[in-house]
Amino acid sequence: MSLISPANLRRLFWIWVILAIVAVMTGTSGNNSTPPTTGVHGSFMERVSFFGLFATWRWLLFVALGVIIWLISSAYRPRARQIHHGVDAFMALPRRLTAKRSTRLILMALALILALVVPKFIHESFWMYLIVEQIGVWVLLALGLNVVVGFAGLLDLGFAAFYAIGAYVTAWFTGALPMPALFHHPIPTLWVIPLGIVAAMIFGVVLGTPTLRLRGDYLAIVTLGFALIIDDFVETQSGVTGGGLGTSPVPHPVLNLGFFHFRWGLSPTPYYYLCLVFIIIFLAIFTSLEHSHVGRAWVAIREDEVAAESVGINPLKYKVMAFAVGAASGGFGGVLTGGLVGIINPGLFTYQVSVNVLVLVIFGGMGSIWGVALGTIVIQTVTSYLDNYQPWGYQINDLYMYIGALLIVMMIFRPAGLLPSRRRAREFAAAEGGEEIHTDEVLTGEQP
Amino acid sequence: MGFEHFWLSGFDQVHAAFWRYLEVGLQNGAVYAMIAVGYTLVYGVLGLINFAHGEVFMCGGFAGVFLTRGILGDRVATGWGSVGLVIAGMIIGGLVSAAVAIGVERVAYKPLRQRNAPKLAFLISAIGASYFLQTLAGKEFGYGVNIFPGAVFEPGKVMFTMFGTQIDTIAVVCVIAAVVMLVAADRIVRATKLGRGIRAVSQDAETASLMGVNIESTIMITFILGGALAGAAGFLYSLNSGIVQNAGTEIGIYAFTAAVLGGIGNLRGAALGGLFIGLFQSFSVPFSFEGNVQWTEIYTFLILVLVLIIRPTGILGEKSGRTA
Repeated sequence: MSLISPANLRRLFWIWVILAIVAVMTGTSGNNSTPPTTGVHGSFMERVSFFGLFATWRWLLFVALGVIIWLISSAYRPRARQIHHGVDAFMALPRRLTAKRSTRLILMALALILALVVPKFIHESFWMYLIVEQIGVWVLLALGLNVVVGFAGLLDLGFAAFYAIGAYVTAWFTGALPMPALFHHPIPTLWVIPLGIVAAMIFGVVLGTPTLRLRGDYLAIVTLGFALIIDDFVETQSGVTGGGLGTSPVPHPVLNLGFFHFRWGLSPTPYYYLCLVFIIIFLAIFTSLEHSHVGRAWVAIREDEVAAESVGINPLKYKVMAFAVGAASGGFGGVLTGGLVGIINPGLFTYQVSVNVLVLVIFGGMGSIWGVALGTIVIQTVTSYLDNYQPWGYQINDLYMYIGALLIVMMIFRPAGLLPSRRRAREFAAAEGGEEIHTDEVLTGEQP
Repeated sequence: MGFEHFWLSGFDQVHAAFWRYLEVGLQNGAVYAMIAVGYTLVYGVLGLINFAHGEVFMCGGFAGVFLTRGILGDRVATGWGSVGLVIAGMIIGGLVSAAVAIGVERVAYKPLRQRNAPKLAFLISAIGASYFLQTLAGKEFGYGVNIFPGAVFEPGKVMFTMFGTQIDTIAVVCVIAAVVMLVAADRIVRATKLGRGIRAVSQDAETASLMGVNIESTIMITFILGGALAGAAGFLYSLNSGIVQNAGTEIGIYAFTAAVLGGIGNLRGAALGGLFIGLFQSFSVPFSFEGNVQWTEIYTFLILVLVLIIRPTGILGEKSGRTA
């Protein structure tokens, strides 16, 4: 029997290694209040620390689990190829089922109805608040970054900067900053929405014009550098921005049309609808952009910049455009957060926020608008649940560990994302020596 | 406070404590230089920025710190004991960091390289690795808690006094150790067979493989070399500042700035760039508005951004492919 062949035993070893990492990841945290103390017995053998993996009997469970996984996988090894195809077919199912335009329209209508009635089922204000703050705003952010990373193929590690611009512009115009509002005349929060969007777009152009000439990895670092500068700047300039403590509260938006008067108050439900309206607007804009000549130019630049340039596409112009368009929805996310949260502080716009948005885009599928929207809803729901219930000894900070692992795993097994854009999936396959990309599709646009 | 006054008071402070700033600058610069070499070597061979290199540095720092804490307990080391502890800490830090670097290479880069995946995928999985390592360290050793390597030197030990400034032993040790390690790395890359392999792969990987260079093992050696330097640097850094789970992000970006400044792919450039960034940061402290030390960070990031925008090939010129 080939069960104990060297190759098979090596597999068992690697299964154990992976499970050991999982065991450490899910195990007890080190004691944060007192860091590992001095002396051999104080640090290395501490029961609660990293090295305490063997301090409880938990490790036996993982060893046994490893053997079980190994046995099952050995049994199914001869049929590995079949299973692989089965998984692929299953993952491609959503694409196949939505191939018809009519099905897609029905699904969209259903999604809209579902989105409209969600507040009817959620009675606790806390959860409604979370839905707006953790899902609604993040869908906006992810959709915006999707334009930059997914459509134009530019890795932006400072996307939170646009979010911050939107929020601080809101605080500025409504007079919530220590610095007086523009012309010493605070304006209503609702009117700031276009201003916040435009400010973020202008910032996108200003930031993009000098930096977008750079190669991919340099661009990532420069955007990261800018984000860190803005972060530090906001924190140091307490006279202008309120510093680390944040601004004074931004007033809730008020809609006053003379005959119709509405005030967004402490209840999150009206914010939910405001957010929903803008998500639909941005979805519509981004979808139509994707299929316009701009979207095709982005595809061309992403796939081969030199070739795109030689057919008369100005790469810089379209890249800057991608930055500005992506910034728009980030900026709106900022304005909405301003109205909803009230007090804006730099902690909302850290480097981690930028990476989290990137994770949402990658998980859903770069370049796939619906994939990104769905992926965001899934991930944000799970993380909100984990953060608020903290099951199985989960701690809030652990999230980033799982996010990091998820990024690596996604890149290894499914780089095009959960619900891949058809074109993006093919690009990944083509780069890996698979299928050819048909150039006529670039010219006619992707018509799924 | 007027702007003129701000400048004048800054220069006054520099004038008053020039040697102190120089000492701190050289000490930090030595650490940055050692990390920057890792960035530059990997960039030369793989053509990509190893985003997880800062975390490799952090892991080495923790390893060294735990070793010396374990050995020392509550005692205070003196004389040759200190020397031995520093060497032991650097070695164990280097070994652990090299192991972590190999792990990152194996898990986050190799599967993608074998599929010939696009560059974006490498960047993303590197960010994932960096996040993972940083949070795992935080989970095990605490978030935002600086852990110090015990009393490797007598507290406040001064080696000698120069121009009225007391020079800390730690600073002297850091600079000497860094110079030794950097010269060794430079010799390895320039004068040994291994180094010739590294240089060949950075010039043209395909041709090198045709000439009989084993690309996979060369990549492995590059990661080991860069990781070992970063790990030793991690221990040296922790002597003065202690080590904390998110040290890798900040220091990593400074070191990356140094590598870019010196021309990424250029080993000597990276070392010089590291020294420059260390000195620059130290001397920019008096020029912080309202005494806010975060301005040093802003100045450094500004250098990074400006160098990348104006002269992405660095001061000494990008040499990936010519002298590694």
